[in-house]
Amino acid sequence: MTIPGHPGAEAAYDGNLMAGPLSELFALDVTVAVVRCRGCGASSEVATLRVYGPEPGLVGRCPGCDDVLLRVVRTPDAVWLDLGGVTSLRVPAPRVPLEEDVDRSAQT
Amino acid sequence: MARAAVPGGLSARRAWRDATLVERRPETDSAVTLVLDVDGWPGHLPGQHVDVRLTAPDGYTATRSYSVSAPEHGDRVELTIQRVPDGEVSTFLADGLAVGDAVRLRGPVGGWFVWRPGQAGPVLLVAGGSGIVPLMAMLRARVAGSPPFRLVYSVREPDDVIYRDELAAIAATDDVEVRLVHTRRAPEGAARPAGRLQGTDLLTATGWDGGDPPTCYVCGPTGFVESAADLLVGLGHAADRIRTERFGPSGP
Amino acid sequence: MDFVTRGFQGRPRGRDERLPPGQYLTDDFPVLSAGPTPPVDHDGWELWVATEDGARHTWSWPELMALPAETVTVDIHCVTSWSKLDTEWRGVSLDTLLADVETAADFALVHSYGGYTTNLPLEDLLDGQALLAFAYDGDDLRPEHGGPARLLVPHLYFWKSAKWVRGIELLLADSPGFWEQLGYHDYGDPWREQRYQGD
Repeated sequence: MTIPGHPGAEAAYDGNLMAGPLSELFALDVTVAVVRCRGCGASSEVATLRVYGPEPGLVGRCPGCDDVLLRVVRTPDAVWLDLGGVTSLRVPAPRVPLEEDVDRSAQT
Repeated sequence: MARAAVPGGLSARRAWRDATLVERRPETDSAVTLVLDVDGWPGHLPGQHVDVRLTAPDGYTATRSYSVSAPEHGDRVELTIQRVPDGEVSTFLADGLAVGDAVRLRGPVGGWFVWRPGQAGPVLLVAGGSGIVPLMAMLRARVAGSPPFRLVYSVREPDDVIYRDELAAIAATDDVEVRLVHTRRAPEGAARPAGRLQGTDLLTATGWDGGDPPTCYVCGPTGFVESAADLLVGLGHAADRIRTERFGPSGP
Repeated sequence: MDFVTRGFQGRPRGRDERLPPGQYLTDDFPVLSAGPTPPVDHDGWELWVATEDGARHTWSWPELMALPAETVTVDIHCVTSWSKLDTEWRGVSLDTLLADVETAADFALVHSYGGYTTNLPLEDLLDGQALLAFAYDGDDLRPEHGGPARLLVPHLYFWKSAKWVRGIELLLADSPGFWEQLGYHDYGDPWREQRYQGD
């Protein structure tokens, strides 16, 4: 969607459109991942990106500065992902065992 | 990049499965509910959608996404198809697919436009036309003790209301309010004259707006979703509590 | 072959000799964009051509309008499988724009307002094969279709016909553009169905 309260934005979609293609790459739901924009430093949930596409490919732009954050192209035999516009991508993930727990179990 | 192990989860959602039509229920002149039996269905959440693929004898395929209209129930997946004029897939599904015939289906898709039973806080649903479908799955997933829901459902005229009888029954239960908005023609004696969705149509019950603001789910055609989301923002709903799902052509 | 859906035929898929493989005809003019339509008016518009040794040529809008223009009627083919026949464009031939540019380059990287790029061999821009188009179907080219001016290279898939053109970088080596970096073909001949890398 066009982000409410941001007149002038023209993106036809929000980042939820990326859920399908990205689910082929990530085991976790990437729409709730937070990406940090390399251009302006803003952090955004993938679901809130301004997304253009879906063809020829999906282009997710920063809601803050409109820079390209990520792109996904699905060809017949590959998924191409460009994360060049982000400095980090943080995905909420299930808690994993603490390292010392792992070490201890490894000794037994 | 986290690549945590979710055994079977990812490939299960991406796999095309046989989906056999077991029941067809007309809803309106132009909408029909298809009940499909999907082999090995991994389950879904209210609000999610699926991809349906049709294949012609010459190998030509056509794939479309449809929202699921009912909560998880074993291998059953219910879709409500609105016939699109000239729609290659919707008209085939609505008219051509017979009970016993099969299509290919995969999913579920979407992790944001979902309502998880057990999720706290009241819910405001805003539907435009067949945008009611995923919201109906949320309404149908409510159980005793679920938080209050309010549905604002915009249709052109009274005959366009999908799930009419069931919505009337749901509206009679505690904690659910259903308000119909007619944009072109209102039923005789209606208090609200026909006209497009306005901010006043979306005003929520007293008590919601203070400490316990609702999560809003808006679904419908692109223009409807944009204007409804803008109205919600204008009423003071925080943008991050407004979840939207739009359908329609990808280019103007 | 995939599982066949009983009774499903799909849209009529008649063959047309003017239709490259895998394409279907449309009467619409779909708009595909990788970003917002950049606000560019004629006053602020400028086109540059930069050569491999740094020489730079520029044209203002009045200077472009002063060049000889031509009208062409061509078929266009989008990689997303739609084709549109007999589209009419008016613009300045790239032969005219590049006539006085001295270069040994073999490749061009076309730059657009808004950041889009696309690459193609320089020879595909020459010999009457490419236009800098500023009118479509008798009217000024609308912003959503690439106005003020877009490239028109109808013998390649339409993503090569960059919208909102602002510059052409002439290069000795090929340098992939916006979609070519992400899986799309470097050349994009619709008759050889060169949609993706490796096609």
